Amino acid sequence: MSDFCISRSEIVPAEEIAALEDAASGAVVSFCGRVRNHNEGRAVTRLEYECYEELAVSEGERVLGEARERFGVGKVRCVHRTGDLAIGEPAVWVGVAAGHREEAFAAARFVIDEIKKRVPIWKREHYPEGPAEWINAAPPEDA
Amino acid sequence: MRVRVDYFAMLRECAGREQETLETAAATPQELYRELAGQRDLPAQTGLKVAVNDEFRTWDFQLSDGDRVVFIPPVAGG
Repeated sequence: MSDFCISRSEIVPAEEIAALEDAASGAVVSFCGRVRNHNEGRAVTRLEYECYEELAVSEGERVLGEARERFGVGKVRCVHRTGDLAIGEPAVWVGVAAGHREEAFAAARFVIDEIKKRVPIWKREHYPEGPAEWINAAPPEDA
Repeated sequence: MRVRVDYFAMLRECAGREQETLETAAATPQELYRELAGQRDLPAQTGLKVAVNDEFRTWDFQLSDGDRVVFIPPVAGG
């Protein structure tokens, strides 16, 4: 299994953490992004994620490689969901195992920020009323 | 030449299809997008990116027969 995965079924953080097992790493930092029941002042009932899988996996792997190189961390993994998600369900999970906490926190932060900016994944919000909308979360790079 | 175009998310809904294969004289993704935007209800190219054969490319990349082109709306993972 590669370190960046797209998952069509529920992400189970405990299972993901187990894959970071590394005797040389004293620090493990994980981040779980979950579906929120509101966005920009509007109630949200569920989310739908879609991805361009071939490019999402190669770009996701590139982000993880950059994190390893920049922060010198041991293991880095990321899983992103696609499909229909209910409120509270994990949408993305990032985990880093490193020698010490500084680089583990920094690498985890870097990975989630870059994934949100660069990996071709899109989400559509559903509301109690009115049509669902594709969310344009990332402004153009030159903005 | 023949190219295949895949549409995702908001662009899939604008184009009204997931993919199409078409005969084109467009030499670059930019020319191809202009051509398609004349036929379908696609948004302005500003803010979009493009991939050819599953790699990000520039808008002036030279297309070849059989290429798979994907126009990428602003991403929103996480």
